[in-house]
Amino acid sequence: MPGKLKAKIVAGRHLPVMDRASDLTDAFVEVKFGNTTFKTDVYPKSLNPQWNSEWFKFEVDDEDLQDEPLQITVLDHDTYSANDSIGKVYIDIDPLLCSEAATVISGWLPIYDTIHGIRGEINVLVKVDLFNDLNRFRQSSCGVKFFCTTSVPRCYRAVLVHGFVEELVVNEDPEYQWIDRIRTPRASNEARQRLIFLMSGELQRKIGLKVLEMGGNAVVGYLQCFDLEGESGLVVRAIGTACTLEKISTFPATATHPSNSSPSKDMKDSPQAAPSTLGCRSTHSSPVHSASSRLSQGFSVSVPTLLFAGMKPRHRSSEAPRARQCRPGFGEEAPGVPLSSGPPTPLRAQTFSSFSPSKSYSRQSSSSDTELSLTPKTVGIFQCPSTPALDSESSPLPSVHLPCHLRPVMSSRSTTPPLLHISQSDTAMLRKSVSFSEELMLAASGMGSGGSVGKEAGPLKALLRQQTQSALEQREYPFFTLTAFPPGFLLHVGGVVSARSVKLLDRIHNPALGNTRSYKLLDWNSFAADEPETRDAWWEEIRQEIKSHAKALGCHAVVGYSESTSICEEVCILSASGTAAILSSRFMQDGPPDTEHRLSRQPLCVFSTGSERVEGDMGSSASLGFEEVVSPGCGFCHIPYDELNIPFPAQLTYCYCCRRYKVPDVLFTTIDLPNEANVTGKGCLIQARLCRTKKKAQGEGNATAISSLLPFLEYELHTQLMNKLKLRSMNALFGLRIQISVGETMLLGIASATGVYLTALPSPGGIQIAGKTPSDITYEQHISTMQKKINDTIAKNKELHDINPPEVVEEIIGSPIPEPRQRSRLFRSHSESSDEVSELDLSHGKKDAFVLEIDDTDAVEDIHALLTDSPTPAGFYSCNTEIMPGIQNWTSAIQMFTSVRVFRLNANLTNQGLNKIFSDLCENLLKSLYFKLRSMVPCCLCHLNFTVAIPEDELIQVAVTAVAMSFDKEQPLENGKQSGEKTLIKAVTENDEQLQFNLELNAETSSSNPRSSPKGLSEVGSHLSARASSLEKASPLPEGRSRSLRSDRSYSGSSVAVVKMTPLSFIPGAKIIKYLGIINMFFIRETSSLREEGGVSGFLHTFIAEVFAMVRAHVAALGGNAVVSYSMKECVFMENPNKNQAQCLINVSGDAVIFVRESELDSTLVQTQSATTHPSNGGEGT
Amino acid sequence: MSVELDVFVGNTTIMDKEVYQLWLNGYTVNDAVKVRIEGGVMEECEASAEVLLSDTMDQYRTFQMCERLLHHPAKLANQLLFQIPPDRQAMLIERYYAFDDLFVREVLGKKLSKGTKKDLDDVSTKTGITLKSCRRQFDNFKRVFKVVEELKGPLVENIRQHFLLPDQLARDYAAIVFFANNRFETGKKKLQYLTFQDFAFCAGQLINNWTLGAVDNMMEDMDVDLDKEFLQDLKDLKILITDKDLLDQHKSLVCTALRGKTNVYNEMEANFKNLSRGLVNIAAKLINAKDVRDFFIDLVEKFIEPCRSDKWTSIDMNLYLTHYTNSAHILDTFKHHAVWTRYMGVIKSCILRLYHD
Repeated sequence: MPGKLKAKIVAGRHLPVMDRASDLTDAFVEVKFGNTTFKTDVYPKSLNPQWNSEWFKFEVDDEDLQDEPLQITVLDHDTYSANDSIGKVYIDIDPLLCSEAATVISGWLPIYDTIHGIRGEINVLVKVDLFNDLNRFRQSSCGVKFFCTTSVPRCYRAVLVHGFVEELVVNEDPEYQWIDRIRTPRASNEARQRLIFLMSGELQRKIGLKVLEMGGNAVVGYLQCFDLEGESGLVVRAIGTACTLEKISTFPATATHPSNSSPSKDMKDSPQAAPSTLGCRSTHSSPVHSASSRLSQGFSVSVPTLLFAGMKPRHRSSEAPRARQCRPGFGEEAPGVPLSSGPPTPLRAQTFSSFSPSKSYSRQSSSSDTELSLTPKTVGIFQCPSTPALDSESSPLPSVHLPCHLRPVMSSRSTTPPLLHISQSDTAMLRKSVSFSEELMLAASGMGSGGSVGKEAGPLKALLRQQTQSALEQREYPFFTLTAFPPGFLLHVGGVVSARSVKLLDRIHNPALGNTRSYKLLDWNSFAADEPETRDAWWEEIRQEIKSHAKALGCHAVVGYSESTSICEEVCILSASGTAAILSSRFMQDGPPDTEHRLSRQPLCVFSTGSERVEGDMGSSASLGFEEVVSPGCGFCHIPYDELNIPFPAQLTYCYCCRRYKVPDVLFTTIDLPNEANVTGKGCLIQARLCRTKKKAQGEGNATAISSLLPFLEYELHTQLMNKLKLRSMNALFGLRIQISVGETMLLGIASATGVYLTALPSPGGIQIAGKTPSDITYEQHISTMQKKINDTIAKNKELHDINPPEVVEEIIGSPIPEPRQRSRLFRSHSESSDEVSELDLSHGKKDAFVLEIDDTDAVEDIHALLTDSPTPAGFYSCNTEIMPGIQNWTSAIQMFTSVRVFRLNANLTNQGLNKIFSDLCENLLKSLYFKLRSMVPCCLCHLNFTVAIPEDELIQVAVTAVAMSFDKEQPLENGKQSGEKTLIKAVTENDEQLQFNLELNAETSSSNPRSSPKGLSEVGSHLSARASSLEKASPLPEGRSRSLRSDRSYSGSSVAVVKMTPLSFIPGAKIIKYLGIINMFFIRETSSLREEGGVSGFLHTFIAEVFAMVRAHVAALGGNAVVSYSMKECVFMENPNKNQAQCLINVSGDAVIFVRESELDSTLVQTQSATTHPSNGGEGT
Repeated sequence: MSVELDVFVGNTTIMDKEVYQLWLNGYTVNDAVKVRIEGGVMEECEASAEVLLSDTMDQYRTFQMCERLLHHPAKLANQLLFQIPPDRQAMLIERYYAFDDLFVREVLGKKLSKGTKKDLDDVSTKTGITLKSCRRQFDNFKRVFKVVEELKGPLVENIRQHFLLPDQLARDYAAIVFFANNRFETGKKKLQYLTFQDFAFCAGQLINNWTLGAVDNMMEDMDVDLDKEFLQDLKDLKILITDKDLLDQHKSLVCTALRGKTNVYNEMEANFKNLSRGLVNIAAKLINAKDVRDFFIDLVEKFIEPCRSDKWTSIDMNLYLTHYTNSAHILDTFKHHAVWTRYMGVIKSCILRLYHD
């Protein structure tokens, strides 16, 4: 059904001089939507034309409304020659299609030209009248809200979290079409900009449809990316989390779905299966057909982190369409290959035959996949001698003993030939596969769960079965792009799971080219069936990989999930990563489970059902970690996997907070630090950087080379992370993001995360250096000085980050904590007073000491490198998560920035040289940032997001986007017990905040929210008591940013509205009262007068400033005063200094919002609330 | 190995005042870095020279990008490219339009033409101010001049509104424009001891009293040009020196009033006729454009220097001028009281201002 789009062109200003003779311009405007174009009159001889046009009306399908941008072109009228274009404005009208977002677009928007940049501004008014469309078969999805924010948006409540949605569309890149040779750069750029606009519109519409199908009304954590594949095309893809959101409520919280893919009984039945994650697993698949030759190599560093890198050069054969080629493991296992390292090749056929080419168009078919491997598979896998153990990879540091990470260990270690050799000698040999417990997950997620269901008695059974099944149908991938969760939602975190795959790009077959639409878009899904290989299938493989890794960690969900690519020529690395986790079903009370919701569209009371099911499925199978009441501060750290069947040799201890459940010694995650987590001291940014040279190669050879490098890269990044973490005396990483970028002659890897000391986890052991040749005295001295240096650094870091682990309480001594651990811990508590050396000596005996062995210069340099990270200057903190643990009292001063550096390397550098340069580059960049922002001290750089690229040979590009936020120093540093208390307070505060907000809004706007505050209050009460732990003297005053509220729209002051931008989901000291829609903009800028524009720096500087300006202007036109969750997805910069040319593409996104300052706290309101909430706190002790 | 590209863009444009000043002063990036290192910012912020260089280049680039907006300060407030808080905007503008007294003394009263601009390198060498900075200052003068030249209304107010300058700076620019328009000679050796502020003060006096705008502020062009009619009338004052009686009478009145009140009485008495002739002659000649240009020279030569050689104090000067002015009104045959007041009011305050070492 149609909608009516209306646009009015009011005026222009600051137009460029188009007529040299008069120094003026005769401007007019073309307004175009779809195929309809209107024109204004020519406003002669003015740089500030006043058109004041009539309303131009477009009557169009809502499908078009979603896909198409409104295109406004400003031209200079010329009587004799063609009219000159001044520039264009693309307006995304999507925000107008949603009743809760913006209602009108009105304001000054920059007129943009891809060659000249911003050329004046135009004032427009745009409105949409939309008629409701009840057509069931509609192709539009108007009204579905999109959020880039990766948590539940601030003024919404999640009723349901439906799960993962994804989509991709493919097209030819106009830049590579034959016609490009005869058109101007401007025309090419504009064609490209417009195409990408259309593609993102279409993508969004399709995702919206999926969401509607699932019964949701919003997509949270929407992540859209472009793959510029060059010759082979242009891919726009997006992932997100479908949710049902409700405007404003007592809790931000959310009901999610319980774990539908709860680990089933099968897990219990085949306990060995789960632990299969060995330190290093490689799943190599497939036979080497030379034609379809593809290598697939898996690699994974496990434990807290489970990484997987697979590489699959593209396979040209026409193997099964959606074949999970990456998953050869299945086939091999199923036949029961286990203990022998049978020749993998012959299994190929089996692999595919065993797979029904699933998933035709809908997502329904996932269950069919699962049938395949229900057979709970065996231990044997792990012992498969072919498993190249990680230990082989660790050979550079042979005796590294990793306390808990990187366990190279395999059961059959002794028999395992080192991977290193294998991979070096002959990649082909790598294609053996060790798979691990895939079946487990499949069993759990698919029909397999029937088993568990079967065991339950009563009428519930049928319902449950139905529920589980349909839920699973929907949940092909139990992934969540969210990184922050309402308290209590995230139960347990297993660790990082990641997968990579190397593909060869080929021109995307585009059967839709004959399409009738004016632009040639195609939905890959719909045509996929007869295509031998699709981008969609690639991602599917990866996602399956991720899913299985999560299973291996005993988790049914992956949170903080994201996907990325790196393309160089025709090689593409696809990466996905997330955090394996177990989510709570407790929040079912907030709404019906999606399954039912979907089936019946009406709330069933399922809370009990949900919990019971969880109890049954999970509680019994995994012996721990599924308790319903977990203390919020540490619960998420408790291991989700079975203690007896640890997927890797981890060192488990009892939780240092509650003493009841086991925790690992180190935890890596991709999510934000949960609000309620107990943290000791402050966190800091931890970054591992790596550069590896690679031989130049073409096609498959290149892909093979890259594939064989990847595991090492990942492994070393991981080692670096671990070392740096220890060096800072921390035991957990949040927001881990590993980016691997491929160039012609090198690979770059950068891993960033925020390190923290989780109170619940054991204190990390120190780093110990050992030499191989103890005979040499000078050498020993050298080692000991180095050791001293490291110890000093650790001590300094502890001080810097306020890490003073709590004293161990006496009573615990009796607890079954492993001896060495305890000793070391006790020791640590003394260490404050005792001198470093004695600690050192003792630590020799510690099992968990992290030993670095120096056996060659490499290692020495590694250690040096470890120490080169300069500490942040006084007054600065940095992290890549939303906020810094340990800092709460933010002021309202924020400064978002983007910084880009390109570094030219000399040829012929060694790996070490490269590493150093790369590392220095990042360090210097950080130093520059600190220096630039020195006026904001004390401040924290939050959400530091590094992106690296290799734009061409010998060039390294690093782009950083982050926000600097000032805070008040006053607050005493918290430590030890206090922190636990504080975080609890914080949790309470959080609730208060929500509550206040709710009340406030009710009062203010008399919004029709039926959720009355009394109910809210009681919910707070029960909520708290449910998971409450000791909170004897909760302070009545909320602190930090919850300090609220009085709306004070100060932003309307100056002639240009101030628009704040931040990569975070919130604005300190302010409340977001309305989300106006997603901002997703793509710009190209090109110049052929690079020197005149100030060289590359001047060119890019201007362009980035222009992009910011355009984002701000569009937000302001929507009526907003800030962009949250802002990110720069893409910044592709190409230069040709010889030709004096450069081109840059930038893609940015974020959520436009209206916020109001909380300048005053309504104290009475808070008092009452805290009075109400507190009684409920005291209830339970730990 | 080199950093090929290095940019930093903040949502709120970050500008360092110190670097801005260095940029305005026309330092090259490298010189600016040196100055900053000497300033100790490195120790303060744990930075390295590399960081400083990167920051300086980045800031310089930002300033260059802003410069075009600074040429039309009103645009700075409603442009979209840079988000700059209002107080920062004001700072940027004020500093951009600030000028060195040394420099302005060199060009004050000169025609703001290309020719003058070509000579700026001499000015630069002479003053030690970088050529770049000289050019900026000169261009500022010229830009302001061009804009207000054709505008109606009070000069200072026009400048303030169009260039968003603070009051004092707007007044200074008014003086510069006024001097440039009337081409007052300020470069002669005898005038070297005078500062720009001395001239600016005089310009203010002239603008407020001797221009057309001073009498009727609805007239065009009134603030930049002297009131022709008034200049014409000034000729009538000649009677004070041409009429012997009047001159004697005037002298005796002044002498009577000053006797015993000043230490330089004798010198004053001896010089009275010369001094009076000097002042009245200046008045009488002002109708000629060329003599207008020499106004300050004449004042100094004909009046200030003789007094100075006689070691008058400012108090003496004040007394003398007061009585000299007032006495004229008592003269029976002197009819041009209004013109005399208008003339002497300005002359008196100018001389008092200019009378120093």
